[in-house]
Amino acid sequence: MSAGLAAAPPARRDPAWSGRLAMAIAVALVLWPLLVATEFTPWTMLDAHSLRVTGRFLGEFYPPALSAEFLELVAHATGRTIAIATCGVALALVLAIPLSLVSTAALSVSRLSGRMAPVPFAVRLCTRVLMVGLRTVPELVWALVLVRVVGLGPTSGVLAIALTYGGLLGKVYGEILESADAHAARSLLVNGSGRLAAFLHGLLPNASAELCSYTLYRWECAIRSSVILGFVGAGGLGQMMDTSVKMLAGNEVATLLLVFVGLVALADLASAAARRALRED
Amino acid sequence: MASRWRLFLAASLFLAVGLCFWSLDLQWAALFAPESLRAMGRFLAEFFPLETGHAFLRKLAGASLETLAMSTLGTLLATAVAAVLCLPAARAADGRGVLWRAPARLLLNVLRSVPEIAWASLLLVAAGLGPMAGTLALALHTAGVLGRLFAEAIENAPPGPALALRVQGATAPQVLLYATVPLVAPQLLSYVLYRWENNIRVAAVLGIVGAGGLGQMLAFHLALFQMGRTGSVVAAMLVLVLLVDALSHVARRAMTRPG
Repeated sequence: MSAGLAAAPPARRDPAWSGRLAMAIAVALVLWPLLVATEFTPWTMLDAHSLRVTGRFLGEFYPPALSAEFLELVAHATGRTIAIATCGVALALVLAIPLSLVSTAALSVSRLSGRMAPVPFAVRLCTRVLMVGLRTVPELVWALVLVRVVGLGPTSGVLAIALTYGGLLGKVYGEILESADAHAARSLLVNGSGRLAAFLHGLLPNASAELCSYTLYRWECAIRSSVILGFVGAGGLGQMMDTSVKMLAGNEVATLLLVFVGLVALADLASAAARRALRED
Repeated sequence: MASRWRLFLAASLFLAVGLCFWSLDLQWAALFAPESLRAMGRFLAEFFPLETGHAFLRKLAGASLETLAMSTLGTLLATAVAAVLCLPAARAADGRGVLWRAPARLLLNVLRSVPEIAWASLLLVAAGLGPMAGTLALALHTAGVLGRLFAEAIENAPPGPALALRVQGATAPQVLLYATVPLVAPQLLSYVLYRWENNIRVAAVLGIVGAGGLGQMLAFHLALFQMGRTGSVVAAMLVLVLLVDALSHVARRAMTRPG
């Protein structure tokens, strides 16, 4: 498009055409090796054999599996997926809240008078490094390690989510606290209040809405993590999906996809309601 | 009234969380038994020494590049799809295009609702084992997420510049390109970078279902109890995630710097 506009009379020339053209060329240059590296050949999906398999699979999607027996299994698996995510996030909070309180510079007493003292600085740095370590390891890897200890089942899934999300939540909580209006907390600290009191009465009221809305968003992500962990044996929807796809049972897969859509719609409703409730203060 | 309502909310939240814990019958005893802690320690110790054989490292580098390419291409494809789908999904200021809004939103919601790994396991049927299935899975889910965020950004853009162009007689595509896009571009770019950070994590594990990259190597070597190699794969994952985080941080910093 930019080339076409560039050829037009000067008065109608796109003033940004050179930038746009350079951008397009850069994207094309990056794209090519990516296509090679990912063996990106979508047309192989369109050859006769592949189309036949896909067609038969998709053809079974309708009607979805709605027998009472199967629906009961699905309900059970959905409950388990949600429960693993919820317990994981609850334990992650137990980990994240103390970590973020220790790491946030907004509650530093020594920083009130110039620079932070070296020992508290080192403590905060170590806490941050610990949180980076926790959240950099994918929850799936935590789960594979924990499976050796507690065996297959929900325990390893819950702990895996707790560890990864503990690091994630701790980091973002710390950032939210630091970006919140620190005036009240600072005056409390200057006047000799304890750090915990300064947090509860000075920082938390300013930051609570954002903290809650981020936690809810992460809870939704945790449900997705919980599905992933199901694929490696934590049970729930992931495990059902794995089995149904492997058996090419299209009707069961269709039901499970509908459940995913319903779950996310529910999570959207819940977070919208929570946001409205928080705004009413 | 409001405080009683909030008390009720908090109580039901605690009840729900308690119910979740109760329903799972977690094996705390097994976890905190000294014997199992030792087992976990032994398992982690088996990762060391990391396998650093020349041939293996070359394979590992290949898989790391594959994972990086999957996350990058998946995010780029998703951005392209989202850029198209967000237009009908956004509520236009002049109330046109209402007909297409509901179907576009429904499509975005469906794309977003199905987790990447579920898309990947479905695509393996159509595309076979390999990184392409993983890339497409990332692209489908991310397109849903980004499309929704893009649409919201367009709806929330200040209407002044668009109105100024429309009053001057600019056509709808011109208004979009020269008023709306420049206004929202920084925000859209930061959404894309943020999803890229997320997608490198997902791309690293998608291989567990056979969709290529480091995840596939992890599953393979772990199944064969080659712990030194497994440790190297995990280390490569960590390096890759930290690398993308750093790149994205730098890009974001460069974008927000004034001037």
